[in-house]
Amino acid sequence: MIEIKDLHKSYKMGSNSLHVLKGINFKVEEGELVAIMGSSGSGKSTLLNILGMLDGADSGEYTLDGVPIKNLSETKAAQYRNKFLGFIFQSFNLINYKSALENVALPLYYQKVPRKERQEKAMQYLERVGLKPWAGHLPSELSGGQKQRVAIARAMAAEPKVLLADEPTGALDSKTSYEVMDLIQKINDDGNTILVVTHEEDIAHMCKRIVHLKDGVIVEDKKVEQVRAGQYV
Amino acid sequence: MFNKDRWREIIEVLTTNVWRTIFTAFGVCWGIFILIVLLAAGKGLENGIKQDFGNIATNTMFMWTRATTKGYEGLPKGRSFEFKIDDVQALRDNVPNLRFISPRNQLGGFGGNNNVVRGTRTGAFNVYGDYPEIINQDPMTVTTGRFLNYNDIKEKRKVAIIGQGVKNDLYDKDEDALGTYIKIQGVNFMVIGTYKKNNSDGGEEGQKEIFVPFTSFSQAFNRGEDVGWMAITANDGSSISQLKDKIVDVMKKRHKVHPEDTRAVGYFDLYEQYNRVESLFGALKGVAYIVGIMVLLSGIIGVSNIMLIVVKERTKEIGIRRALGEQPWSIKKQILMESIFLTLISGMVGIIFGSLVIFGINSLLDSVGPVDMFMSPSVSVGVVTGALTILMVSGLLAGFIPAQSAIRVRPIEALRTE
Repeated sequence: MIEIKDLHKSYKMGSNSLHVLKGINFKVEEGELVAIMGSSGSGKSTLLNILGMLDGADSGEYTLDGVPIKNLSETKAAQYRNKFLGFIFQSFNLINYKSALENVALPLYYQKVPRKERQEKAMQYLERVGLKPWAGHLPSELSGGQKQRVAIARAMAAEPKVLLADEPTGALDSKTSYEVMDLIQKINDDGNTILVVTHEEDIAHMCKRIVHLKDGVIVEDKKVEQVRAGQYV
Repeated sequence: MFNKDRWREIIEVLTTNVWRTIFTAFGVCWGIFILIVLLAAGKGLENGIKQDFGNIATNTMFMWTRATTKGYEGLPKGRSFEFKIDDVQALRDNVPNLRFISPRNQLGGFGGNNNVVRGTRTGAFNVYGDYPEIINQDPMTVTTGRFLNYNDIKEKRKVAIIGQGVKNDLYDKDEDALGTYIKIQGVNFMVIGTYKKNNSDGGEEGQKEIFVPFTSFSQAFNRGEDVGWMAITANDGSSISQLKDKIVDVMKKRHKVHPEDTRAVGYFDLYEQYNRVESLFGALKGVAYIVGIMVLLSGIIGVSNIMLIVVKERTKEIGIRRALGEQPWSIKKQILMESIFLTLISGMVGIIFGSLVIFGINSLLDSVGPVDMFMSPSVSVGVVTGALTILMVSGLLAGFIPAQSAIRVRPIEALRTE
């Protein structure tokens, strides 16, 4: 599903440049649930941004579902993001003047799905994350866990190939974190490919594979026994 | 482009900060208001002044004789001469493109003595000897009876058309003037018609005129072949201002006036005066446009500013949208449409307020009666559509820089702003 070869990325900080990713080689198969771990500054968010086509790599190859991702125009990148990727952010990033339902329907709007169909589909996904009764609420009227679930529903709505989650539990307490992870696991059980960036051990162990990043290189890549989050909920 | 969601979003964005939107809108509203009111005021002034010209054919000159100032062909300077009735035919033969040539003679005039008598009543009126064409050059409405015709001229009938003011002075209120006789300097004329002029065409004085056939006038008052003055109108395609030199030259030649004597033939070129007024109003309109558009411009800059702030505020949101796959041009279009919508709506409010003010002034003018040099201020539909086009374009311009800055932010940077 995802294939990365010798990926390099550096940022210019004034006169000296900061080499963040120093040759990443990495492959994700369909249906995997991968945790990317590392301390802050290890380059895990940068990697995720490149995977999410929010940022470009300096060198190296990136293939997503057989499509080479290189030198994309903003328009093309937006199209690919909409078609291939779903984002889940630490700070939820819901649009605060739109209701939960409208937030979920947004990616479908960009796919030019007719309004009625869009609403129905969005409602289905809201139901799946258990928030159907909150469909008309604004994000400010929802709790953190609920917001993240809306965000997950939104990421799912466009039926992307890969879900990218950047510290999805970073802003949540552990009970809510487990609820969210439970949801992510269930989505993975349905066959979706998911990448989770985290620095929490317990969250990482709820995935099926852990990739350790340190100073811009992969130091460890291992399959783990998945801990089901459902038992803590 | 006009889908429901986009409009909902525009409304949502503009109503999140209602007062800010209103104050911003006020700038544009004020600009277009000033523009409309200035243009209307200019038009009002124009209407007022042009009304003084009334319905007189403006492509017209008047010509009369004065004493010569140069000797010529043995004739002394200071010689007086008169136009003759033959001159009319000479002009027709020698100068092309003349529509009407009316020779005229006149009795009475400003401050004249009583010259008209009917029974026990008397009055001082202007009495003109005229050809029937004069009605085209000095328009009037014949209210009863008829105007002069060529049979009157040919047979030198002693008939007269009198103005409303003359009738009021010489007749009882509901007396019928037709068929009665009035005595003009001792000569009886039968009244065959009455006329009325627009109040503007010469005012009170304009109603106190008496028109009699040119030939009868000459005979009755001993003018022989003389012509007091002439009113000459050119064809619509050509201007009297260009023909006047030729006309004057023909007259000079016929009356043995030195070709360089500029005083001997006097004339008044109505068309030139009219053009001068016309160009004055052109300039006035230009000033109104410049001032209005300058004021509007400051409003537009306000809109542009606010849109920049809105974009700044929504940086993160724009980042989210782009991460979710919204196309850059779609974001740009959104910002542009917000800007155009804001300018257009506030501009329309300005236009409506401007129209209300104009309407108010008009009804005020109606109730207090005509005011000097000012009449029915108005703006044409053309001006309003022009203003709307200006608004449309300026909305586009106002939104352009903010829209550009909105898509210049890379989604990753937008998302990083916490």
